[in-house]
Amino acid sequence: MISFDSVSKVYPDGTHAVEDLSLEIPTGRITVFVGPSGCGKTTSVRMINRMIEPTHGIVAIDGRDISTVDAPVLRRGIGYVIQNAGLFPHRTVLDNVATVPVLQGRSRREARLAAAELLDRVGLDRALAKRYPAQLSGGQQQRVGVARALAADPPVMLMDEPFSAVDPVVRAQLQDELVRLQAELGKTIVFVTHDIDEAVKLGDRIAVFAVGGRLAQYAEPAEVLSRPADDFVADFVGRDRGYRALSFVYGTLPLHPEQTLVLGDRVPADAGTAAEGMSADHGRWVLVVDDERQPRGWLDCASVPVGHRVAVDDLVLGGSLATPDGSLRRALDAALSSPSGRGVAVDEDGRVVGTIAADEVLTAIEQARRSDLPGLQFDTQPAAR
Amino acid sequence: MSGAWTWLTDPANWAGPNGVWTRLLQHLWYTLLSLAIALVIALPLGAVIGHTGRFTGLVSGVANALRALPSLGLLILLALWGLHTLKGDLALLGPVIAVLVILAVPPILSNTYAGIANVDPATRDAARGMGMTGTQVLIKVELPVAMPLIFSGLRSAFLQVVATATIAAVVSLGGFGRYVVDGLARLDYPVMVAGAFLVGVLAVVGDRILAVIGHYVVSPGLTGRTARRPSATAADLVVARADGAAGG
Amino acid sequence: MNWEWLQRNAQQILTWTLDHVALAAAPTLLGLLLALPLGAIAHRYRWSYGTLITLAGLLYTIPSIALFVVLPGLLGTRILNPVNVVIALTLFTLALLVRVVADALGAVPPLVVASATAMGYQPLRSLLTVQLPLAIPVIGAGLRVAAVSNVSMVSVAVLLGIPQLGQLFIVGFQLDFFTPIIAGIVLCLLLAGIFDTIILLGVRLSTPWTRAVPGR
Repeated sequence: MISFDSVSKVYPDGTHAVEDLSLEIPTGRITVFVGPSGCGKTTSVRMINRMIEPTHGIVAIDGRDISTVDAPVLRRGIGYVIQNAGLFPHRTVLDNVATVPVLQGRSRREARLAAAELLDRVGLDRALAKRYPAQLSGGQQQRVGVARALAADPPVMLMDEPFSAVDPVVRAQLQDELVRLQAELGKTIVFVTHDIDEAVKLGDRIAVFAVGGRLAQYAEPAEVLSRPADDFVADFVGRDRGYRALSFVYGTLPLHPEQTLVLGDRVPADAGTAAEGMSADHGRWVLVVDDERQPRGWLDCASVPVGHRVAVDDLVLGGSLATPDGSLRRALDAALSSPSGRGVAVDEDGRVVGTIAADEVLTAIEQARRSDLPGLQFDTQPAAR
Repeated sequence: MSGAWTWLTDPANWAGPNGVWTRLLQHLWYTLLSLAIALVIALPLGAVIGHTGRFTGLVSGVANALRALPSLGLLILLALWGLHTLKGDLALLGPVIAVLVILAVPPILSNTYAGIANVDPATRDAARGMGMTGTQVLIKVELPVAMPLIFSGLRSAFLQVVATATIAAVVSLGGFGRYVVDGLARLDYPVMVAGAFLVGVLAVVGDRILAVIGHYVVSPGLTGRTARRPSATAADLVVARADGAAGG
Repeated sequence: MNWEWLQRNAQQILTWTLDHVALAAAPTLLGLLLALPLGAIAHRYRWSYGTLITLAGLLYTIPSIALFVVLPGLLGTRILNPVNVVIALTLFTLALLVRVVADALGAVPPLVVASATAMGYQPLRSLLTVQLPLAIPVIGAGLRVAAVSNVSMVSVAVLLGIPQLGQLFIVGFQLDFFTPIIAGIVLCLLLAGIFDTIILLGVRLSTPWTRAVPGR
């Protein structure tokens, strides 16, 4: 557990980077420090590994005041991942990852073997081990940075905007991998970002900082979204916070069986009639799947003659998919983004199990407010409308 | 010109106390000695200045000023002083080596300092954050990364010293310069050209050898990349190279 | 220091100084004029960059004294002819500046060049009115190095008997007399400083945009 006890950082020119910060970071969880530029989030985190020293107050790890520990020794026990990775350009990827163990006195051979395993763990091809950082893409460099931080198996990891410098697609992958790694490793992670969506996605707890180094709110993501502590937090979280909060809401959704066509089938005469139990003005859309029953898109039956063989080119790509482990937000999005107005629900293997309608999702949201069901449930026996 | 070729291909000119081999060894001796001393002075100094970031203005100023010193004038000044004040063999050699060292230090110093100062701050931050002490950061990270520039400085210093050692023949030093100076005194142009040619070959071959050594010493991960830096700093690097490359 | 001696020989020293200025300034300017197009070519046509820079590097490796001695034979001029010095130093300045010009043009932000092209600038005009002005600071830095080195190298030419400040060194050596030597060194330093300042001012004056930002 990392604790801040009335910690302040004031610079000689009078700037208050951090104002009287007191909070406790729980062990084994991801805590995200989030806020706009100049809010002191990075300064606060850098006080944990003594890259910056506080002007007042005490930072302690597991009860021990870190100012009593020799700084380099302290840092070798803390993983440190920064933006742009900061990899050593003159060393191979493998040697980069093996840095801290070697510093701690392990033999280079052992350290390299362990490093190779770590590369697997962060999802990197072992063939990259002998390459130099300059030969890697931004996303790959960041993964090496994470591997390097994990090498000495430190209980604490500090990550300062590690994914900010990569493009959104790679960033989403890296975020998912971090969540996966954390599930395996259970480290105490302090993560810094300026992106509220990233904070909400990754954090078990979020600390929202305001400009001037003030801690505005420290709570679980759902609470920050639904009950912001003040105007600043509400503003920072943004206009979509109601929608974002849906990510944390689960409930039961009625699932409707859906008539499907397989690619290559001939379009029958009765295609596109309304699915059972749903209102008739949902148009003449038919869901098209492949041989594995995975959704490929929607076919507008008005656009093709009866008897026409369904081909990929005829399809309008469908919307996002609702999954059993997803939230109501996902389900709503699936319904809204589908050309037919019916959101496609799939099982863990990606096979179509039915569809849901937007208005039914909204009903489920209301019900969820009143109950407390875990996970998203599909009710395959909906009451007739 | 053909006279020079005749002279060079005459084996008699290669043997003896005024022969090419002897002069080569002398020239090499002056060069390597001065370079070694200059490295011992300039490398640690440049490393410390680059690492701590202090005195950078002073260093650039001094390096610039030293570049402006006329090597011939300095040689003659110190040689004369040496003849008056010192006794024996060292009377001439000491001051001349001193001049060679003074001229070799600026390129090594400014390139070392520029190389270290231009290490990506993220790399430095990561190194510290991982738990390296200041010295470890300097030796394990900053110096290796600065190696390409340091080597570039070394090569420039080498050229500077070879050139100035040639001129040192004016104050009665040995080496290939003897052919040029003595040839001039006797108006023996072929010998002058032969001497000039030998100096040129020594410089080019030596530079090539240093380049090859550098290729092995510098990590392959560092070839040619000056990373994503704003053009102002690219300018510093260009000047550092040019500065170092200003031979005699 | 024997000030009297200096006073007596002031006329001669002045002549030598002026000769020195001419011998140092001419190759610096000529070298720059030649290096600009060559550097631009090396920058624009990447395949030529390697060859040009290698040749330049090779040329720069040759000690000045070697070139001073060999050129008369190649050019057919008398050893005493100052043209040898000018040509030799021009070649050195050229060798140094080709790479500086090429790299300086390369350091111009590619986005700036791209917007110029997108606006309809033809390559030559873009080079002259957009890229070169932005490359001035870096070229200027290289030019200062070249100018100062040239001042020093000219004095070496005294070994060929060419009249310039280097003569003071030889006179001092022959007469076993410190005054002319120190005078020569001081004057060389002064000249180098003046050249350096002139180029620095030139760069400042021709790049008003760098001055507009406070704190630079």
